[in-house]
Amino acid sequence: MTTQQRQVGVPAWIYLPALLGAVLVLLPLAGMLSRVDWSRFVDLVTTESARTALGLSLRTSAVSTALCVLLGVPMAVVLARTSFPGQGVLRSLVLLPMVLPPVVGGIALLYTFGRKGLLGAELDALGVQVAFSTIAVVLAQTFVSLPFLVVSLEGALRSAGQRYEVVAASLGASPTTVFRRVTLPLVLPGLVSGATLAFARSLGEFGATITFAGSLEGTTRTLPLYIYQLRVTDPDAAVAMSLLLVVVAVVVIGFARPGRTG
Amino acid sequence: MTLHLHATVADRGYDVALDVADGETVALLGPNGAGKSTTLDLVAGLLRPDSGAVHLDDRELSGDRAWVAPHDRRVALLAQEPLLFPHLSVLDNVAFGPRSAGARRAVSRETARHWLAEVGAGDLADRSPARLSGGQGQRVAVARALAADPRLLLLDEPMAALDVAVAPALRQTLRRVLADRSVVVVTHDALDALLLADRVVVLEDGRVAEEGPAAEVLARPRSAFAARIAGLDMLRGRWDGGVRTADGSLVHGLVTGPEPEPGDPVVAVFRPAAVAVYREPPGGSPRNAFAVEVTDLEPLGDQVRVRAGDLAADVTTYAAAELDLAPGTWVTFSVKASEVAVYRT
Repeated sequence: MTTQQRQVGVPAWIYLPALLGAVLVLLPLAGMLSRVDWSRFVDLVTTESARTALGLSLRTSAVSTALCVLLGVPMAVVLARTSFPGQGVLRSLVLLPMVLPPVVGGIALLYTFGRKGLLGAELDALGVQVAFSTIAVVLAQTFVSLPFLVVSLEGALRSAGQRYEVVAASLGASPTTVFRRVTLPLVLPGLVSGATLAFARSLGEFGATITFAGSLEGTTRTLPLYIYQLRVTDPDAAVAMSLLLVVVAVVVIGFARPGRTG
Repeated sequence: MTLHLHATVADRGYDVALDVADGETVALLGPNGAGKSTTLDLVAGLLRPDSGAVHLDDRELSGDRAWVAPHDRRVALLAQEPLLFPHLSVLDNVAFGPRSAGARRAVSRETARHWLAEVGAGDLADRSPARLSGGQGQRVAVARALAADPRLLLLDEPMAALDVAVAPALRQTLRRVLADRSVVVVTHDALDALLLADRVVVLEDGRVAEEGPAAEVLARPRSAFAARIAGLDMLRGRWDGGVRTADGSLVHGLVTGPEPEPGDPVVAVFRPAAVAVYREPPGGSPRNAFAVEVTDLEPLGDQVRVRAGDLAADVTTYAAAELDLAPGTWVTFSVKASEVAVYRT
């Protein structure tokens, strides 16, 4: 809905830095587009290796997004709707992967789930080899993406408030029923955009993945890893694949754009 | 269904005992911060008392050892705003209670239709809550609360957010559907108290200031708040052949009820319309006269209500202009002894 709103003007000079910012974001895209070899584009993005990498990326990102929803929704609810000692500290720690260099996350994961890691012996005994497997890719992606979902959902929960939940409880709805029939539907837009952000972050995940999962074709070599490798051996293919990733990212942002609902 | 509450909440200075008999509607009156919301929160299970207990019939809902979760109390809340779930249709909003109690979808919708019809909102069933007016929304919220089959209903200023034009119709509906139920209704409105409530409890500063049948409390208020919402002037003092107020003046009036003993706490109560206003003190008349400073003037139909602190006088607009009244003006309020009711508090 577009309505003519009365507003005071913004200072004229503010357009200059705003424009520079937009240029900074868009110019590199133009630079990349200028290097695309359009005649070979379709061939380059449909090679066996390219399709394998794209397929792996989409599958692992989908699984890690599902994990983010399963784990992140309860985390956001606990952070937004309860209070306990140390909650503030916990909230900051949960957000750590957002500000941590992904490589550091990868190392942390390696020394937790790797063969010589904290849980290595236990996992070995179970016959599970996590590091350098597709599971490692999913773990790395979930690790870095989870805070995105938690942050956006916690914000949605706080702004939705508890008034509807109080009314629902007074009508006899148990906490589980309130959660399922009132809380979740009310924050659904926030959940969708949080999950979309998590998916986008998973799709672009590089540092933690290459550290913890390596770059094995078909198993752990996701699209960003494949592009990084191609960059040296076949720059044209790297540019073509990059463009493909940009297109996927733009579609994802289109989904997550706030204010699209309602 | 009877409610018995006696609870304290230390950090709010709250210490109240409240009983609601089977089928009785009790109106809770009081200024902001007097403890009305605290009372509702304690009964609904949104707040734990520091001491005391809440009983619904023989069931202890809150107490030293007992704690029943809000959803298990069968106490329904109706707030100022309808708070209809925006993602559900009107029908499914009303069916929410029965559904939560485990009824099948078809059965709960049947219940919902019954209650929508009962509050005169049967034609709204398929609407989305976003497409309702304030009055319609509140009707639906009433139906939703009743459909949950609560043993006790808590209404928190149910008419406060409504247009004056639609409030009377909803008030009539509430009067009808609440008739045989146990209800606690928080209100600021004398009309709500008179039409909906059997009994009135006035809270002030976390304590019960007075209670009694609605008509009696409003006709013979003993608390400052009840006098204010009844639109009456009240002066408080000790019996000394008249009402000896704190500033030493003596107010004469007609004693109603038991004859007070000297020193008994008494009040003098009169209607603002019975008060005459003069610029100069009227000499040698048998009237009560108070020198007061005008604090506020407000239009009241074809009259003007002249406020002077806790007192008010109603004069015609013409008289107000003639007297050249404005806040800060010193005037004399005068009222005949025969217009003043005096009784013990």
